[in-house]
Amino acid sequence: MESEQLFNRKGYYRNSYNSIASASSDEELLDGAGVVMDFHTSEDDNLLDGDATSPGSNYAMSNGGGVVSSTTHLLDFLEEPIPGVGTYDDFHTIDWVREKCKDRERHRKINAKKKESAWEFTKSLYDAWSGWLVVTLTGLASGALAGLIDIAADWLNDIKEGICLNAMWFNHEQCCWGSNETTFAERDKCPQWKSWAGLILGQEEGPGSYIMNYFMYIYWALSFAFLAVLLVKVFAPYACGSGIPEIKTILSGFIIRGYLGKWTLLIKTVTLVLAVASGLSLGKEGPLVHVACCCGNIFSYLFPKYSKNEAKKREVLSAASAAGVSVAFGAPIGGVLFSLEEVSYYFPLKTLWRSFFAALVAAFVLRSINPFGNSRLVLFYVEYHTPWYLFELIPFILLGVFGGLWGAFFIKANIAWCRRRKSTRFGKYPVLEVIFVAAITAVVAFPNPYTRQNTSELIKELFTDCGPLESSQLCQYRSQMNGSKAFVDAMPNKPAGPGVYAAMWQLCLALIFKIIMTIFTFGLKVPAGLFIPSMAIGAIAGRIVGIAVEQLAYYHHDWLVFREWCEVGTDCITPGLYAMVGAAACLGGVTRMTVSLVVIVFELTGGLEYIVPLMAAVMTSKWVGDAFGREGIYEAHIRLNGYPFLDAKEEFTHTTLARDVMRPQRSDPPLAVLTQDDLTVVELQGIISETSYNGFPVIVSKESQRLVGFALRRDITIAIENARRKQEGILLTSRVYFTQHAPTLPADSPRPLKLRSILDMSPFTVTDHTPMEIVVDVFRKLGLRQCLVTHNGNVLGIITKKNILAHLEELKEHTAPLASAWYYHKKRYPTSHGPDGKSRPRQHHVQLVPSFPGRQHSDDDEESEEEVMHLLDGRSFTL
Amino acid sequence: MSGEAFNLLSVLLGLLLMSTQTTDAKISEDIRCKCICPPYKDVEGQIYKQNVSLKDCTCLHVVVPMPVDGKDVEAYCLRCECKYEERSSGIIKVTIIIYLSILGLLLLYMVYLTLLEPMLKRRLFGHSQLIENNDDVGDQQPFANAHNVLSRSASRPNMLNKVEHAQQRWRRQVQEQRKSVFDRHVVLS
Repeated sequence: MESEQLFNRKGYYRNSYNSIASASSDEELLDGAGVVMDFHTSEDDNLLDGDATSPGSNYAMSNGGGVVSSTTHLLDFLEEPIPGVGTYDDFHTIDWVREKCKDRERHRKINAKKKESAWEFTKSLYDAWSGWLVVTLTGLASGALAGLIDIAADWLNDIKEGICLNAMWFNHEQCCWGSNETTFAERDKCPQWKSWAGLILGQEEGPGSYIMNYFMYIYWALSFAFLAVLLVKVFAPYACGSGIPEIKTILSGFIIRGYLGKWTLLIKTVTLVLAVASGLSLGKEGPLVHVACCCGNIFSYLFPKYSKNEAKKREVLSAASAAGVSVAFGAPIGGVLFSLEEVSYYFPLKTLWRSFFAALVAAFVLRSINPFGNSRLVLFYVEYHTPWYLFELIPFILLGVFGGLWGAFFIKANIAWCRRRKSTRFGKYPVLEVIFVAAITAVVAFPNPYTRQNTSELIKELFTDCGPLESSQLCQYRSQMNGSKAFVDAMPNKPAGPGVYAAMWQLCLALIFKIIMTIFTFGLKVPAGLFIPSMAIGAIAGRIVGIAVEQLAYYHHDWLVFREWCEVGTDCITPGLYAMVGAAACLGGVTRMTVSLVVIVFELTGGLEYIVPLMAAVMTSKWVGDAFGREGIYEAHIRLNGYPFLDAKEEFTHTTLARDVMRPQRSDPPLAVLTQDDLTVVELQGIISETSYNGFPVIVSKESQRLVGFALRRDITIAIENARRKQEGILLTSRVYFTQHAPTLPADSPRPLKLRSILDMSPFTVTDHTPMEIVVDVFRKLGLRQCLVTHNGNVLGIITKKNILAHLEELKEHTAPLASAWYYHKKRYPTSHGPDGKSRPRQHHVQLVPSFPGRQHSDDDEESEEEVMHLLDGRSFTL
Repeated sequence: MSGEAFNLLSVLLGLLLMSTQTTDAKISEDIRCKCICPPYKDVEGQIYKQNVSLKDCTCLHVVVPMPVDGKDVEAYCLRCECKYEERSSGIIKVTIIIYLSILGLLLLYMVYLTLLEPMLKRRLFGHSQLIENNDDVGDQQPFANAHNVLSRSASRPNMLNKVEHAQQRWRRQVQEQRKSVFDRHVVLS
């Protein structure tokens, strides 16, 4: 009776309960009064006996038919399972808990049958091995596709400049493979390779041929870009972009149908080559991850273990993304770490081993294809052997600062641009936009040799250190060597020659160009990765810094810092190393990866001694970048698109309660619930068609609001449809029941419809006073899709993943900085304290109001405080 | 008897020889030893390439003619860097051909879908069908009805119908994707 008094008082809470209670008959939730009293009524006894919701009884419980029904979850073996139940709609979130239960169930079944016959035993073996098989196939396919993409992109890229006359399928370098006409200075020229000017005009040199080459370059770039965007638009719109934000979201449990399908794979592979060859400022590394994930998804359809279970499928996708990075950078370990650090959401140890294996297989396949003819997996593999010195950490950290600044700037600018594309009319012309950007890129890029060449080649050139064997412009130092001087193996620091100065300003222009174009390119409707352009920007900046430090050391070798270790004529600064550190720093600033990035770069170079500079630069870049905004580019894009992604890295530091987040809020229509045995089919259909909710709590009855279970909308519709097709005598007026036994009905009523098999009888529940901190943690760790909120065992509302995301967004926008730690700590669990009536309600009030500025709270603070207090008191009494 | 055996043997040997020759030819095209020799005294820098096996990939074997005199050969060769490289021209050729043919097929199919099919449909079903289609506001695909009619009326073999159906479904999916990517901008923007 305590609670009855409580709820009948005027004020704060009654309104909300009344609004719930004032609903139409089927959906209504009565106020809590009397419910506690109801506890021993026959209805509740029924509930306890029939449904056995008590803990521990959810396995091997024998039901009326005498058949062992194994769980309370989904499958009721009295009836055959309804096809389609337990699947998800497009753009919906999966329920990890449910999927994992399903998998364990399946596993138990197979294990139980194993001993029956040899065939069953083979089947169980096949099932046990299918995980390894599917990652093997994925690794094979992604390695082969990466090889295809590498070879085709290289070739198509060189088509912009010319063609190999005697074998048109060779790219420039392969064309001059055996030619002895190449010279030391111009090592890429050979008579077999004809530039377009040479082919059309008949002369290789001169202004006319330059213009002709320029024109052909633009022509090819435009046509490649046009073809790419056209194919994407006509066949598979999901093939555009880098794909990593979406894969992250999918791995966290979102369904995007067709995103990892056959057509997406085909079109992404084909258009990726075109997009890379068109010279746009983009890379193939991110899309390769998408391609690998498509392979993983397609192969998982061959194995029922993975095709029927969304959670298990995501384990394969985690492994596939590792294989993708493995072939993109030739870094198998880096790929595994990338999958762990950046994309995966649920990453058990078993998945780690499978990722490892997939990465291994993929790298092996790519290595045996040998796409670059250098026995390496990437074009820009370099080896250094020169040591670095402690003093050099200062420029490395400076590069880290640059990387962080660039990352923060890029994310801000790119997101602003993408938001513009998303919200204004300008987004309606994707084809025109691509053509426009490609045209600008081609026109500006051609005159500068550093932007004209393939970005991977540029990175390679910047990474490569100047040695006596190098002849590029970057290495044209004023030579002090004369013939009489003793042969030195390494190149000593030397004054820069005119070539280096020319290269410096060209590199500066290239840096500016790349920075601007990358902002506008990432987000175009063609496959576009971000790794390579970011690395190129970092490599350019790093090389510039490296050369500057080198010249400083040369001209001021008497400075204290240089004196000890940088003597005249020795090789103490390696500009290529600076380029590599810069590349890592910029990539770190954009993606905010740390461990995996260092490992990837380390695997690129194969030099263990450079791990410390890389770590210093990457860490600095992350710190600097985080100072301007905590999210990396992928999280930013996830947020821009509003995907339901609950980031495991972010901390929830607010003090709201489950009650503040749950739906319905006080101004909302009441919660739509189903009762367990007094609805008819037509009423149920009415509820489903009137509302758009994806699931409905099932309660005992209108009087007793106790929770029975949770039924998903999709399952209900499928089950009704299925029953009306297959079962005789199901009419619109048939009674629907979720209980074990059919309710007692009048004799003339039509046959009732049993929907127990689709009822989830172990929905996750929290009480209304659970701090959101805990709720968010539960959602993250268990991967819940929704969670019911109860009060005294009665259903009050529901919290979905999207509610939590909206709540987080709201808090991010509205709240002032958090209260100090002790304050926060003290007011965290208001209900767990004793009856200290003075301070607790005040805290409580403080919690409630600021977090929900949109809420109408009563002007009379005192009263509502008191109300809350009474509610709490009442609660502690009744429990 | 012995003559025949001898003949057979010789044929076999010949075949073996030929096969080794062809593999030799293949290898000689796909391997190289590349020596980069930097400038030395008054000798210009030079690049030498030879089709030699890995064990012969040294400066002394590859750099012919040697540009310096006998006493300088060692010093010159010390500076040269020789790298043995392999490639597989067959894989490159096949890859490029596969890639181009897939691209070509896709382009053809695209042309068919966007230009030819509407024309064919118009000719097949005449005017009334078109008007009916146009009335269909919610339906974004102008051929949806036509296809339904086609699959219902034509008593073709099952397989063809299945393909038709799959194509239809696929097209609806792409339509949906296009809407969500390009029009509503809910994903991938």
